[in-house]
Amino acid sequence: MTGAPTPPPVDEETVVRFLRGTRLQHDRVRDQWVIQAPERAFIADPIAAEILQLVDGTRPVSAIIDILAERFAAPRPVIAHDVLEMIASLAQRQVLTA
Amino acid sequence: MSNPPVPPPMSLLAELTHRCPLQCPYCSNPLALDGREGELGTDDWLRVLEQAAELGVLQVHFSGGEPMARRDLPELVRHAASLGLYSNLITSGVLLTEATLAQLAEAGLDHVQLSFQDVDTAPAETMGGMPGAQEKKLAAARLIVAEGMPLTTNFVIHRGNVGRIGRMLDLAVELGARRAEIAHTQYYGWGLVNRAALMPSRAQLEEATRAVEDARTRLAGTLAIDYVTPDYYADQPKPCMGGWGRRFVNISPTGHVLPCHAAETIKSVPIPDIRTDSLAAIWADAPLFRLFRGTDWMPEPCRGCDLREQDWGGCRCQALALLGDAAATDPVCTRSPDHARISKILADLPETPPPLVYRRYGNAPG
Repeated sequence: MTGAPTPPPVDEETVVRFLRGTRLQHDRVRDQWVIQAPERAFIADPIAAEILQLVDGTRPVSAIIDILAERFAAPRPVIAHDVLEMIASLAQRQVLTA
Repeated sequence: MSNPPVPPPMSLLAELTHRCPLQCPYCSNPLALDGREGELGTDDWLRVLEQAAELGVLQVHFSGGEPMARRDLPELVRHAASLGLYSNLITSGVLLTEATLAQLAEAGLDHVQLSFQDVDTAPAETMGGMPGAQEKKLAAARLIVAEGMPLTTNFVIHRGNVGRIGRMLDLAVELGARRAEIAHTQYYGWGLVNRAALMPSRAQLEEATRAVEDARTRLAGTLAIDYVTPDYYADQPKPCMGGWGRRFVNISPTGHVLPCHAAETIKSVPIPDIRTDSLAAIWADAPLFRLFRGTDWMPEPCRGCDLREQDWGGCRCQALALLGDAAATDPVCTRSPDHARISKILADLPETPPPLVYRRYGNAPG
């Protein structure tokens, strides 16, 4: 009946992608990452920017967690918690979808 | 004289034309509509897009009039996309076909905002002044969603349709929109001419706000709803355009560069022109942009007000339209010495609405 998405539950097996009309973009004039979305652009905080740069529509969330845990030499459960929370929030805000 | 560096604008409203098949009496275009003969050419707009991206604009909103009346729209969208600009088409949908939509999608269009005058056909077409428009709009929405393009439906609210907001939002969901705007008429230009015919009562406004809140709960996760209220009923003014010359720049069909779409009513300084100056120079230095930027221009009670960097003194064009002084505190503010004017306007709203003055060339009063 409707093309409007309801945020899906996200777990480590989920493969997330950007909703059409939404993307991460580097704003070179202000030297910051921004999320471009329908009728608004908002600043991606550093954690969101790290995660969103790894969203390619094929990688499961578990792979994103692995990469960031290694990159930041942080305990995997801590990174997993942050990534899952951030992705759920971005799905709620109509940036990402499963 | 040196000025501190000015942060660049985030967004550009490109008003490609004032031509439009609809005649909505609340149109945000100025009373003095630009004719086709004065419109910027394709090369002018391509250059504007380049200058905008260079300056730091992130999003370009192609608007009008009806922007699809310009045959070079796909070329402009393609250029915007190549520059990394997010492109939004603000359209009535009545000229949209499967073929024109496919062209725009292929050019890289990111999003469409589609206007509806109402949920029911008869009042919608009375307001828009175009028989057959509603069916074309519904067809346009279905094409946009079928194509996979994100869709925002826009409904402008007035005393005649304020009771149907719940059903408008149901229609948005049924059509597959991700977002809906429920935007009360803003009373400038044509809206101001038609104020007595369009302004809801306070009771109607409260009912509208409840309908939006109900829908936000009912449709959470399905439809995002933007709600714009009529500021006459507010206690504090709106932060018009997020502050004068702070985030937003508008270019008119003939190339006038403006801090907001009503700013041509301000006659005390020259109107900057994109045909003779660069966007960067105009943004930083044009007297029109510097006139009300920041807080130095403010009179009391704005100057000493804690909210001066939240609402930026409200709307300059409204102060001009209602008080004859663009530098006055927006009279919708309860702290304005002229706030009684607003109370009187609301108290004097007629029981029976006067006839509508339709937005068309040569139809402006006075």
